[in-house]
Amino acid sequence: MAKDILVLGPAWPEVFLACAAMALLMLGVFRGESSARLVSWLSVGALAATALLLSGTTPERGLTFGGMFVIDSFAVFMKMLVLLGSALAIVMSLDFNEREKIARFEYPVLFLFATLGMMMMVSASDLISLYLGLELQSLSLYVVAAFRRDSIRSTEAGLKYFVLGALSSGLLLYGASLIYGFAGTTSFAGIARIMVDSAGDMPLGVVFGVVFIAAALAFKVSAAPFHMWTPDVYEGAPTPVTAFFSVAPKIAAVSLLVRVLVEPFGPLVGAWQQIVVALAVVSMLIGGFAAIYQTNIKRLMAYSSIGHIGYALVGLAAGDETGVRGVLVYMSIYLFMNVAAFGAILCMRQQGRMVERIDDLSGLAKNQPMVAAALAISMFSMAGIPPLAGFFGKLYVFLAAISAGLYALAVIGVLTSVVAAYYYLRIVKLMYFDDPVDVFDQPIGRPLGLVLAGTSLFTLLFFVYPAPLIFAAGLAAAALYAG
Amino acid sequence: MIIQALAFYLFSTVLIAAAVMVISARNPVHSVLFLILAFFNAAGLFVLMGAEFLAMILVVVYVGAVAVLFLFVVMMLDIDFSALRQGFLRYAPIGGLVGIVLLVELMWMATVWAVAPGASEVGVARMPAAAQIPNTQALGLVLYTRYVYVFQAAGLVLLVAMIGAIVLTLRQREGVRRQDIARQISRPRERSVELVKMPPRAGV
Repeated sequence: MAKDILVLGPAWPEVFLACAAMALLMLGVFRGESSARLVSWLSVGALAATALLLSGTTPERGLTFGGMFVIDSFAVFMKMLVLLGSALAIVMSLDFNEREKIARFEYPVLFLFATLGMMMMVSASDLISLYLGLELQSLSLYVVAAFRRDSIRSTEAGLKYFVLGALSSGLLLYGASLIYGFAGTTSFAGIARIMVDSAGDMPLGVVFGVVFIAAALAFKVSAAPFHMWTPDVYEGAPTPVTAFFSVAPKIAAVSLLVRVLVEPFGPLVGAWQQIVVALAVVSMLIGGFAAIYQTNIKRLMAYSSIGHIGYALVGLAAGDETGVRGVLVYMSIYLFMNVAAFGAILCMRQQGRMVERIDDLSGLAKNQPMVAAALAISMFSMAGIPPLAGFFGKLYVFLAAISAGLYALAVIGVLTSVVAAYYYLRIVKLMYFDDPVDVFDQPIGRPLGLVLAGTSLFTLLFFVYPAPLIFAAGLAAAALYAG
Repeated sequence: MIIQALAFYLFSTVLIAAAVMVISARNPVHSVLFLILAFFNAAGLFVLMGAEFLAMILVVVYVGAVAVLFLFVVMMLDIDFSALRQGFLRYAPIGGLVGIVLLVELMWMATVWAVAPGASEVGVARMPAAAQIPNTQALGLVLYTRYVYVFQAAGLVLLVAMIGAIVLTLRQREGVRRQDIARQISRPRERSVELVKMPPRAGV
C-alpha cells in the first residue's frame, strides 16, 4: 500500500498544473495589477504544457494515491477537451476584460484552479476525491461568476450559483454517505465489487444514495429539472465566463456522471437508467420550448445548453459502450460549436458597450459578414443540420439509443431538436434577412478572431475527416467499460 | 455505563435545545452564543464516541474561529435581521412540509437499512480498535500517507477560497498613508530636530 501512494506518474499533469497555477499567482502578486495579460498568456502556455504532459502519459489504466486517482483513455480524452475549453476561454477573455476594466491577474489563475479541479473530477476513482475535485472546480467558478464585482447582476449570479451549488454539494455528500454506509468503502472499485455481490437484493438506502448523487451531478451539468440556476448565472456572469461555464465544467461534470454511473454503479444500470432517461427527456423539452421566449442571447444560450445536455444524456441512457462513445463525440463537438457561438456573442458591442439582446443581431451579415457567417455555422450546427458537426453528434447518440431499444427517447429527441431548430434558425434569419439597426464595433481583436475562425472551421469541415475524433472517443469509451 | 448514558442524554438534550434557540432567538448575538453552546455539546458527544480528535477540532476550529467570526459579522455589519426574517412565517409551512417529507423518507430508509455482506471486510478492517491506538494517532498515520492526495486537494480548495475572498473584496484605495518603518528609522536627526539658540527673556 505504501508504495503505490507515492507513484506520481499518472498524476504528473495535475501536479504540474497545480504548481504552475501557484507560481503564476506569485508572479501576479509581485508584478502587480498590470500583469493580467502576461499571466493570461502564461496560463494558456501552462494549459498547453499540461496537455503535452498528458499526451505523454501511458494509455494503460493506472491507479495511484491509494486508488483515489485513475488514469485511462477516457480520462485523457476528457482532460484534453477540458484543457482546450479552458485555454480558449482565457484567450477569449483577454480583450473583453481589458475593455470592461476587470483585467486582473487572479482571473486566469482562478481558471487554472478550476481546470485543475475538473481534471481531478475526470480522474476521480473514489467518492472523496470526486467531492474534492468538484469543490475545487465549483469554488473557483463561483468566484469568476462574480468577477465583475461592481455589477449587481454579476454578484447576484455568483451568490445564486454559490448557494444552489452548496445545496447540491450537500445532496452529493448525503448520497455518498449512504453509499459508504452500505458498502463500507468509498473507492469506486470497492463499491462496484459490493454492488456485484449484492446485485440480487439491493436495499432501498443504496437506491436513495444513487438518486441523491445523480441529482447532485445533474445540477452540476445543469440538466433539467435541476437547471433553475443556469439562465440567471449565464446572464449575470461576464460573457467570457459564461462561455467558459458552458463548455469546460459541463464536459468535466458529464464525464464524472458517466464514470460514476458506469464504474461503481454499473451493476445498478436498471436503477439509474430510468433516472437518466427522465433527465434527458425533461432537459430536451425545457431546452426546446423555454428558449423560444428568450430575448437575451445569453439566456437563450443557457437554455440551448440545457437542451444539449439532454441530447448527451440520451447517449448515457443507452447504458452501453456505444452510448458512452456517443456522449463523448457529442461533448467534443458541443465544445467547438459553443465556443464559436460565444465568440460571436463577444463581438456584440455598440459604441464600446456590450449588448445582449437577440434583436441587436439584425442585419449583422451586411455589416460584419465574417462574424455573421461564424454564428450562422454554429447555429446551423446546433440545430443539427447536416453536414455540419452538430448533426454527427446527434446522430451518434440517437443511434446508440435506438440500438439499446429506447425508441421513444430517440423520437422525443428528434422532435425537440426540430423545436430547437426554430430559435436557432430565427437568429440566422435576423442576421441575414432583417434590416440592420446599429453597427457593431470593429475590429473584434485578433485573439478572438482566431478562436472564432478556428472553431467555425472545425464545425464546418468536421464531416470531411471525422475518423480521428470518432476513433479516439471509441477507445475512451472502451477503456471505461474494460476497467 | 450509567454515567456514560447520563452524559449522553445531558449532552444531547442541551445540544438540541441550543440548536432550537439558535434559530429562534430574537437577538442574533444570542443566536451565535447558543451556536457555541451547541458546538461544545457536540464535542462532548464526540468524546463519548471515542473520537477525541474530532472533538478537539470542533472546539478549536468551530468555537475558536468560526463562531468568533460569526460574532464579528453579526456585530460589525449593518444587517437588518428583522428584514431577513420577514418571509419566515410565509415560507414556514412549505419548509416544514419539505422537512417532514425528508424525515419520513429517512425513517423509511432507516427501517429497511442493510449493510452489504462484504462491507465488513473492506471497511471496518481498516480502522484500528480504540483500545489499541488512540483515535488521533490513527488519523495521523493515514492522513499524510494514504490520504495525502485528498489532503493536498483540500489545501488547494482553501487556497482558492482565500484568493476568492481577496478578489471579491480587496480594493486598492487612493491616498492611503501607509507607515514605512524603514524610512522612519533611517531618517537622520538633522531632518527632524532643529536646535535654536534663544536669547534669555526674549520670548519667541
